[in-house]
Amino acid sequence: MLDSEPTMQSTAHACRARRNPLKRGQAGKLIAIALVVLTLNGCGNIEPWVKPYERQALADPIMSFDPNPVSSAYTDHVFEAREGARGALGSAGGGCGCN
Amino acid sequence: MLKIPAPWLMFRSEADARSAAVAGSRVANLQAAISPAVITKLRSFLASLLLAAVAVAYPLVSSAGVLPEDRADLLLHRYEGGGVTIQGPSLLIRKTLAEKYSFSANYYMDMVTSASIDVQVSGASQYKEERKQYSLGFDYLRGKTTYSLGYVNSKENDYLAKTVSFGISQDLFGDLTTINMGFSKGDDTVQRRDTLTDGIDPNFKKSVDRWSYRVGVSQILTKTLITSLNLEVITDEGYLNNPYRSFRYVDPENSNQYRLATEIYPHTHTSNAVALNARYFLPYRAAIEGGYRFYTDTWGIGANTYNIGYVHPLKNLPFTLEASLRYYEQQHADFYSDLFPRIDFQNFMGRDKELSTFNSKTFHVGASYDFARDGWRFVKKGSLNFYYDLMQFQYDDFRDARRTDLIAGTEPLYSFNANVFQLFVSIWF
Repeated sequence: MLDSEPTMQSTAHACRARRNPLKRGQAGKLIAIALVVLTLNGCGNIEPWVKPYERQALADPIMSFDPNPVSSAYTDHVFEAREGARGALGSAGGGCGCN
Repeated sequence: MLKIPAPWLMFRSEADARSAAVAGSRVANLQAAISPAVITKLRSFLASLLLAAVAVAYPLVSSAGVLPEDRADLLLHRYEGGGVTIQGPSLLIRKTLAEKYSFSANYYMDMVTSASIDVQVSGASQYKEERKQYSLGFDYLRGKTTYSLGYVNSKENDYLAKTVSFGISQDLFGDLTTINMGFSKGDDTVQRRDTLTDGIDPNFKKSVDRWSYRVGVSQILTKTLITSLNLEVITDEGYLNNPYRSFRYVDPENSNQYRLATEIYPHTHTSNAVALNARYFLPYRAAIEGGYRFYTDTWGIGANTYNIGYVHPLKNLPFTLEASLRYYEQQHADFYSDLFPRIDFQNFMGRDKELSTFNSKTFHVGASYDFARDGWRFVKKGSLNFYYDLMQFQYDDFRDARRTDLIAGTEPLYSFNANVFQLFVSIWF
């Protein structure tokens, strides 16, 4: 068999590649997304291990991550204007030339 | 238009950028860290994530979620430290209509008086300026999904910033989990005051484009413990300098002294931040909180932020006390130096102390007084709050260049303390 002669395996691979317009990375990404979606949707019927009537403590205002948005927005701004780091504060924020 | 890299690829390209900077005689072309081929992938990745979130959210919509409470807050703030005083008001109002629409509006103002170390080193005199910021927000609740739109407009006489944002939040798994995603786009206009006329320089007008992508999840773990995880990628492109700030370099005619030149920054900046927070309810009705944030960016800055706090409502009294500690540390940017050997030492040169290696500690205490707890006319309840923060900044490679009596580069390291006061009243209606 000549080196340049295509094998059955490589021909089949080429055919698959022609039929599937998705690149390998895109296909993998779509499969990953599909798996995440299916997994999380399957979890939609999970029985909550903390029942609604057991959330009295969690509903207390002192358990809020952001009980006073007007104050936390100001505090975040004070830090961001004086530090190199930024982001992951859980809010949208806005730009300003405050550096 | 700038495109953004996937987070894991961005870390790799940062390392590549650093290697290139070392091999290339310290000429760090940081813009090379964001190649078009690499940065296309993050948009694709984040778009995929958003698509997945919508797909997950859709079939789980079953019963009503909750919009933020109707409330109004009036805050007076004051910051003083490092030769800078900033004070002003902030007014935030939020109102729900038809139990599924929520509107918010915020007016915020900074009145600045500054004679900071940068101003003093540059030889300029103390200056005053104002910044006014208007924000509008709209939330739409459908089932357990909340869609949010926002607009922020910040205006100074030499800087204008406009930001629009979109967000989606979804309760899952019997409301034990909340996922949220968001995107913001900002357009800034940078101008410069003419020091001679004190007017705006008509020949200087630059722009900055900003993109922000956010993903977060909050999770109820037990009856007394809730956690949250947030990830945010931000990219800026444009004129990122402060047009008034200078770097310093060794005077070629007298090596004991220094000269100043306008900073040169890269035109792109992409940052990654991830934060984990937790809050735990104590049996005697108090709460402790803890958090950690990891930060890295394409300028070579790496930072860690730690915080821990405690909230304690006084039993049978309308007072709540709180205290917290925050520790922040960062490594300097690749193009930062306190004193460059010469004016053309490398492509990008900056001496902003926020790009240096430093740490800061913040000690926070606060007290709140609850009033009208049984309601008064249209007010359901109210609170009066006072917060005080002591901030201590200690710089490891930023020297006090005001000491011109010393040999350049031998001045003492700079440090300063700041006091931050907040007084605000909140009413729920």
